[in-house]
Amino acid sequence: MTRSTDRGASQDAPRGERPTRRRFWNLARRDSLTGYLFIAPQLVGVLVFVLVPVGLAIYYSLNDWNIFSGELQFVGGENYAALLDDPQLPAVLGATAIFSSGVVVLNIALGLSLAILLNRRFRGVTLFRTLFFSPVVVSVVAWTLVWGFLLQDNGGINGLLAQIGVVGPNWLQEGPTAMIAVVVTQVIRSVGINMVLFLSALQGVPRELHEAARIDGAGNAAIFTRITLPLISPTVLLTAIITIVGALQAFAQIAVLTEGGPGLSTTVLVYYVFQQAFDFNDIGYGSTLALMLLTFVLLLTVLQWQLRRKWVFYED
Amino acid sequence: MKTENRPRLTGVALARRIVLYLALVVLAVPFVVPTVWMIASSVKPLNEIFASPPTLFTASPTFDAYVEAFEFQPFARQYFNSVYIAVLVTGITMLVSSLAGYAFARIRFRGRNLLFLVVLVGLLVPGEVTIVPLFQMFKQVGMINTHWPLILVTALAAPCVLATFIMRQFFIALPGELEEAARLDGLGRLGIWWRICLPLAKPALSAVAILTFLTSWNLYLEPTVYITSPELFTLPQALTRYTDAYGGEMWNTQLAAATMTVVPVLVVFLIAQKQFVEGLAHSGLKG
Repeated sequence: MTRSTDRGASQDAPRGERPTRRRFWNLARRDSLTGYLFIAPQLVGVLVFVLVPVGLAIYYSLNDWNIFSGELQFVGGENYAALLDDPQLPAVLGATAIFSSGVVVLNIALGLSLAILLNRRFRGVTLFRTLFFSPVVVSVVAWTLVWGFLLQDNGGINGLLAQIGVVGPNWLQEGPTAMIAVVVTQVIRSVGINMVLFLSALQGVPRELHEAARIDGAGNAAIFTRITLPLISPTVLLTAIITIVGALQAFAQIAVLTEGGPGLSTTVLVYYVFQQAFDFNDIGYGSTLALMLLTFVLLLTVLQWQLRRKWVFYED
Repeated sequence: MKTENRPRLTGVALARRIVLYLALVVLAVPFVVPTVWMIASSVKPLNEIFASPPTLFTASPTFDAYVEAFEFQPFARQYFNSVYIAVLVTGITMLVSSLAGYAFARIRFRGRNLLFLVVLVGLLVPGEVTIVPLFQMFKQVGMINTHWPLILVTALAAPCVLATFIMRQFFIALPGELEEAARLDGLGRLGIWWRICLPLAKPALSAVAILTFLTSWNLYLEPTVYITSPELFTLPQALTRYTDAYGGEMWNTQLAAATMTVVPVLVVFLIAQKQFVEGLAHSGLKG
């Protein structure tokens, strides 16, 4: 639609034989009209599928939803007060904090280590980069299902442990090991992206700096902590925040691997939102929790902007 | 002699190199083995999947699980659903984002920066937050248990905003003279966008295509919420439904279906690695 109306508008103008002053103004105007038409589908999409829903979520959070009559009843701040009274919420927020921080720490540490190991020339380096990146393109659900099999009580991992005489835990049925399992499977699937980001940051560190430091007598460790790390620290921090935001949205991994269990031990906020809104049909409270999730994401984004501004001169 | 060209690997250096290889091989195990195990186990007889000691490859491969995957669920249909939705979403996103990205980068109009900020909000709000109200909205217009929400939201909300952002960054870096020249040749904006800018934007467009396709292909929360009929399922959703009448999981059938879901994408990745890596690193957002 946009295209056909637009074709006339934008192609007419230059065809005019003698561009007078009035025609020129027409052209500029038509140009900006073209601009509006070009962005229209995207703008409307954001309005309808993002902004209106956020508005509605705020509205729902101030209402109670009667699933039998299907009617909304205004309850003011009741859903927000319910946050404080919800006996499950502390456990959920705890699980969210452990999961997100576990993912970010492991992801950054592993991503950075891999990038450092692979930031040199040797036979097979491309193959290894490919291998470490490959889980990124594997469907989350398929990846998680496979790990679910391997982590069964009688699954492959305990089978291997048995070979060396170790009785493995029933990974997914015990709180702490279930949390470890969801964190590790999530990190292994997605660390390839951070590895690539770190690799390109490492390659941006000027060689002369390393050489100069070496001439000054610095060892490998000193070069890394004094030169490389400070120079790539903006990338590390920004990547860390992006990774936390991603972890806050990890639904499929939890839903497929543990369904939030055992108990509430892996029920992270996004999974709790889903349960409240769609399993228990509590639209009002579900929306309130969703807004809480949004607040966390927005705070992290603001933090990211602040940091980016602070480090802007490191970026090219 | 050949040895002169190679970096000399003697003594300590050689030992280091060996340690490096060992470390990388050990580290690679959890990245590679699950996928290999999935493929290898999908052709195992059921009783071998949990054999102790665990085996990777079977002596008696069978394709029963593959046949069963299609018999137990309308898997071909579900496969088609995932493919057509991902292709459609990718096409729409490429069109919408390259138009918007071009306009935001190259056309002056009132309120451009403000409108760009409004669009960027679409990136900040996770789909997990808006899904509760979106469900109600789609219910109002009778689109629950249809593919519309999966197509519309993915093609126009967050994933598309990311695409618009990538396209804008690309078009901003293009030299203005190209457009001037095209203008003098009598091309309008649409002509410039289509004939001059898009052909130049192939790297950005392929990044957008890969990102969008993978996002749509992997979507799990949305189909779980919107779709209830098995013949309308997409692949990720279908994979979780291979349970027998007693709720027991049909291990090898599930693995066969998972293999069919994963392997084509993996093959394309191995062929077009460079574009994949650049495309995904471009966003830095998946994670």
